[in-house]
Amino acid sequence: MSVIRSPLGRARGMGASKHGVGHFIAQRVTAIALVLLVIWGLAAGLSLAHGDYESAAEWLRSPINAGLASLLALAAFWHMQLGMRTIIEDYFAKAATKGALLVLNVFVGWLGGALTIICILKVALSAATGVNT
Amino acid sequence: MADATPGLRPRPVSPNIQLDGGIWRWHLTMAASIFHRVSGMALYVGALIAMAWALALAAGPDAYAGFSALAGSIIGRIVLIGLTLAVFYHLCNGLRHLVWDAGYGFQPRTATNSAWLVIVVAILATVAFWAAILTTGAA
Repeated sequence: MSVIRSPLGRARGMGASKHGVGHFIAQRVTAIALVLLVIWGLAAGLSLAHGDYESAAEWLRSPINAGLASLLALAAFWHMQLGMRTIIEDYFAKAATKGALLVLNVFVGWLGGALTIICILKVALSAATGVNT
Repeated sequence: MADATPGLRPRPVSPNIQLDGGIWRWHLTMAASIFHRVSGMALYVGALIAMAWALALAAGPDAYAGFSALAGSIIGRIVLIGLTLAVFYHLCNGLRHLVWDAGYGFQPRTATNSAWLVIVVAILATVAFWAAILTTGAA
């Protein structure tokens, strides 16, 4: 190691795991993404509110809609998992309870995100007519 | 409190946290912060409901009709209207947080005004959103 390194620089290099701000940054970046995606999603919900199965499926067969819906699911489940993590860490002091809830929270986040996106893709890639009717 | 002996100052007491206009009271900024967390927890459930919508859609027309009937019922409508309010509130207040992250808006008066703005916009947007849904189509 270079001797030019300052003591502070060396201390920084030996920090914990260097991921301390990862949660903070991920929460903000997903938040910015969600500002746009949620507004789009609300507009989509408005247009689909009175529709039947076929209109919703047809809507999802547009690659842009399927892509943005998948990104919305990804960002939303990621962001909510980060937020719920903070809540669990705030209110549960017991290590066993806190640990169990944190693991559960991660599972819910990944499972929810995966299932939602797979459903979106299944419909998006389905044939236009006559398959499910 | 018993009458103090004339000429004697009242004994010093620690300020009561709530009585006599004490040291603690609700602030709008505090309520806004608490509701940000509460609405976030509601949206956790809301995301799972959105997942149920996607599952129903992937399962086919019958499941989708079942989901639509549930969403269109009285209880479904109440839940969805509540979630809409949570979405708009969390969205607006999230923007408020992002402005804070950029280093602006920390003056107490500014923070109080922006909290009012967030609450008013969230309620108006929710009303407008559901007015749009309920006035278009008769489903």
